[in-house]
Amino acid sequence: MAQAAKRITREYTEIEANPPQGITIQPIDEDMFKWNIEITGPKESIYAGGTFKLLLTLPTNYPFKPPVLSFQTKIYHPNVTNDDKGSMCLGILRSDQWKPSCKILAVLEMARGLLMEPNPDDAVETSIAEQYKNDKAAFEKTAKAWVKQYAK
Amino acid sequence: MSSDDEFMSDQLSDDQYEDDDYSLGELEEDDDRYLDDVKDEKPSKKAYEVDYKVHSDEQIRAAQQIQIEEVSSILGLPGEQCAILLRFFKWQKDRLIEKYMDTPDEVLEDAGLGPGYEAPAVLEKLKGFSCEICCDDERGLETYAMKCGHRYCADCYRQYIESKIKDEGEASRIECPSEGCSRIVGSKTIDLLVPSEINHRYRELLNRTYVDDKPNLRWCPAPNCEYVVDCAIRPTQLHSIVPTVQCSCSHQFCFGCGYADHLPCPCLLVKKWLKKCEDDSETANWISANTKECPKCVSTIEKNGGCNHMTCRKCKHEFCWVCMGPWQEHGTSWYNCNRFEEKSGSEARDQQAKSRASLERYLHYYNRYDNHDHSAKLDKDLYVKTEKKMTTLQSSSGLSWIEVQYLEAASKVLQQCRQTLKWTYAFAFYLERNNLTYIFEDNQKDLEMAVETLSSLFEMPTDQLANAKKEMMDRTAYVNSRRIILLEDTAKVLAEENWKFTVDLKQ
Repeated sequence: MAQAAKRITREYTEIEANPPQGITIQPIDEDMFKWNIEITGPKESIYAGGTFKLLLTLPTNYPFKPPVLSFQTKIYHPNVTNDDKGSMCLGILRSDQWKPSCKILAVLEMARGLLMEPNPDDAVETSIAEQYKNDKAAFEKTAKAWVKQYAK
Repeated sequence: MSSDDEFMSDQLSDDQYEDDDYSLGELEEDDDRYLDDVKDEKPSKKAYEVDYKVHSDEQIRAAQQIQIEEVSSILGLPGEQCAILLRFFKWQKDRLIEKYMDTPDEVLEDAGLGPGYEAPAVLEKLKGFSCEICCDDERGLETYAMKCGHRYCADCYRQYIESKIKDEGEASRIECPSEGCSRIVGSKTIDLLVPSEINHRYRELLNRTYVDDKPNLRWCPAPNCEYVVDCAIRPTQLHSIVPTVQCSCSHQFCFGCGYADHLPCPCLLVKKWLKKCEDDSETANWISANTKECPKCVSTIEKNGGCNHMTCRKCKHEFCWVCMGPWQEHGTSWYNCNRFEEKSGSEARDQQAKSRASLERYLHYYNRYDNHDHSAKLDKDLYVKTEKKMTTLQSSSGLSWIEVQYLEAASKVLQQCRQTLKWTYAFAFYLERNNLTYIFEDNQKDLEMAVETLSSLFEMPTDQLANAKKEMMDRTAYVNSRRIILLEDTAKVLAEENWKFTVDLKQ
């Protein structure tokens, strides 16, 4: 626990010193195991103009287990569960692919990268992924409508 | 009498066969004629039986060691590296050797054994070191790195490996903790870093991946059983054979799918059937009682109001609930159906009847399947009671322990036959109607009747049981012979691929 806190503090300082584009972070408590995240939809993406709130939860045995990232703002996306949890489960967020040398920053940048380009081959919402692959126009229409409705 | 013999011989285990061979050898010297007789009676393998061996944990470890040493002597590499290579190649020894001969450096690199792997694993203390994982930079911190040079403090390294082994059950593919580095953490590193009980678990997991990687091996699925069954049957053969094996722990299961003994039903049908039952059985009963299908799109509809004017939610077809005919033909006779004789209505009812018939058909097989499943569970209780009965019988009738063993034998046969009967119903559900099916159903009926008769003998009061010994033994032998006949016949037709199923067995 103490070990985790030290590392988390270090990472927080690093991110603060060199804030990534389109991402803001705000630890909720003093112990820093939960962070409020805000990601703005990248300009060139269909999520442009939206601001998405996310919750980052760090496990007590961090960094040996990956952080948990979930969308608090509803989003129409093949890699985010379409429920009240807004969970994500892909790439380095999976415990078999996570390495302790991975950083929170990489996780956040991956999340923003997914707004740029969803990954339909590792989807949690298979029907949205199907639509993304086969009927992109319809996908974009719904996604944009949701941005307007939920992410403004 | 002949059925009795069959029963007895079936009870013999493989070991006992071997003993038979041995005693045959002795007999040979005395009397050749007698030997021939014995030979004739010696049972040959039945159509539903497969060849298999049971290995213990130690044997599996030893088998790995032999292969590791063999590869080690061929490739001229240390054992530990050969172990990693073999695991990387999923124990396909020949492929490994061939690949290694062609491109040794590539093979080593891919398996995470890049250059300089051989150096011994040691902890080091470095000046000005800061661990990237825990951000600790105390002086005198012990650190560790494999040859890839990604160095972390020993505590973090250890914790990383431990969590991989303990939480994820990973062993042969633990990578360096550094993002993007796929060098495998070998057993030298494990020996150096982790405590012995976790090291033990690591070895166990390695052992397990060996069994998982080898298509001819399968763990016995019984709880706490550590035996491995070795059988040559491949998944591609499962449409023509049901490879049932018995572990040394006495658990009988299917080598093809790992499910408990499901003779005579092939794996694919078992899978389909279980899925169907999981989805359908309860629902099917309710649907059968409470709903009708839309005459146009066959969607199932529950009537939830008083009006007979139904509109299907799905296809918008409007029809009358009572006569099932289209609603527009009803003209002005709202809420009152007087058109029962009309053709369109009767066609719709035919359609309805067909759909109902298929549901009823399913329920017919399901209820019988479920009944035997349930009875088999009751038979387990019966077995416990039998043991008590055996004790009482010994004291009340003065019979010896060995003389009351027939009760236990009967109880075992009963349970096994119930198990078989249960699966005959799943099997029959997928059969098309033809002569073979009729023969199968006759066999099924004979076995079922025999089982029920034997089962009823068990209901007898204990004081009469002793007198029924002869009858019980005869019945047991008969039941068992019925089971063998059914399994034998079914397996033969299956091997010839002559059963006509309503589903494709080769998908």
